[in-house]
Amino acid sequence: MIYYDRVSKIYADNSIALEDVSFSVEPGEFISVVGHSGAGKTTLVKMLLAEEKPTTGSVFFESINVHEIPLNKVGDLRRKIGTVFQDFRLLPNKTAYENIAFAMEAAGRAEQEIHSDVPHVLELVDLGDKMNNFPHELSGGEQQRVAIARAIVNQPDVIVADEPTGNLDPVNTFEIVQILKKINDLGTTILLTTHNKGVIDSLKKRVVTMDKGKVIRDDKEGKYIL
Amino acid sequence: MKWLTAKRIFRAGVLSFSRNAFVSFASILVMTVTLFTVGVTLFAGVILGSALDELRNKADVNVYFTQNAPEDRMLELKASLEALPEVLKVEYLSRDEALAQFRERHKNDQLTLSALDELGDNPLGAVLNIKAKDISQYESISAFLKDQQSAGAGGAAIIDKINFYDAQHRAALERLQYITNSAKVLGQWIVAILILTTLAISFNTLRLAIYSSRDEIQVMRLVGAGSFYIRAPFMVEGVLYGLVAGIVTLLIFYPLTWWLGGATGNFFGGVNIFNYYLSNFLYFFFVIIGTGVVLGALASFLAVRRYLKI
Repeated sequence: MIYYDRVSKIYADNSIALEDVSFSVEPGEFISVVGHSGAGKTTLVKMLLAEEKPTTGSVFFESINVHEIPLNKVGDLRRKIGTVFQDFRLLPNKTAYENIAFAMEAAGRAEQEIHSDVPHVLELVDLGDKMNNFPHELSGGEQQRVAIARAIVNQPDVIVADEPTGNLDPVNTFEIVQILKKINDLGTTILLTTHNKGVIDSLKKRVVTMDKGKVIRDDKEGKYIL
Repeated sequence: MKWLTAKRIFRAGVLSFSRNAFVSFASILVMTVTLFTVGVTLFAGVILGSALDELRNKADVNVYFTQNAPEDRMLELKASLEALPEVLKVEYLSRDEALAQFRERHKNDQLTLSALDELGDNPLGAVLNIKAKDISQYESISAFLKDQQSAGAGGAAIIDKINFYDAQHRAALERLQYITNSAKVLGQWIVAILILTTLAISFNTLRLAIYSSRDEIQVMRLVGAGSFYIRAPFMVEGVLYGLVAGIVTLLIFYPLTWWLGGATGNFFGGVNIFNYYLSNFLYFFFVIIGTGVVLGALASFLAVRRYLKI
């Protein structure tokens, strides 16, 4: 489903973000990419979303080379991938409901669908009573749950979560991980990046370990080993 | 589906306009200043134009006939002058009328009047007062008259003097032409600089307003929204700024022109701008609202572009 083929990223100042990274992700998998800050986890995510181009190598999503997609078609790719970020990235002037509705509108969904799906997905992340609140009226954990609801509402094939628990306390971290597991149980592929040892050790899923831009381990039922 | 997209874009633009109240207020304020400047230059153009017309109207060329020139030949010359494309108006003053005008002009000058009475006879010849369409055309009209003067040399000459060939009169005409032309050019430059400056300020304000939304634009991009779907609500917002600023400007002009109308009416040229504003309201409406709307849409379109490149 996702395939990184000998991907390297070297910035203009010669700093190496990724070096010869290759691995693939199968449909329905829950894969965690771990590593210290600066190991290249976020760069991997940005490559998949066509936010950044590799210096050498290719990234494939469903057999399509992501970096050969023209800029005006990148939206189609991104709508197939739900994304969750460490800093939530909600639209500050839209309510929780409108944030999720925006993702559906961008995908060209009908009003009726939006009216029925948005409350449903907010219930799923346990925020049914906060749908009319603006992001600044929600706690960090609640904002992240809105972001997850936004990521899943278009039923994407894969969810990419880049350090989703980085700004959260242990209780909220646990809740977010449980939601991601539930989504994975329903058949959606999850690509999670994190440096949270507790999260990884509790998941008991595949772990790709990175250090200084290279993949140093790839374990089927891995633990956080660094 | 197209209708649905349009509805969503419009709704998003209006919501953002009302929720970002402070940014909207600041943008409208700056745009109002721009549109006000545009309006003021429209009024200034009218006032300057009519003042210059008035100045130009003061210019003329006079032909003085000899005392014994036969009236039919003078009227013949008048008719041939009127046939010239450069000539706006020709006025004929008979000897008696010229005398009456002379007496009127010197009614407080007893000495001149008694000298005139002393003469007994009317010493003045008839006069043609010629106004050209443009100051620069007096030269060719006078050349035509000069030809007539020498052509008539075979019979009795009827033209005594053409005052265009007085050094003083000619200098005054040239000076008038120079002043009106320079005023026109200077006016156009001032207008161009003023409008360009305020347009640039407005443009920048909208750019800053959108700069504050750059993260939002990136998020929209990352959840898969297309460029048009992201850009259009910002353009709706820009159009709303222009519309509101335009209406505010038109409202400000109402009491302002009413207040200044009397003063401008008495000014050289005599256009009452309040009356002018009311009778040309549709013109002002389209120019000011149109400028606001186009400026708002265009500035937003260009400002969003740079954040869409991911």
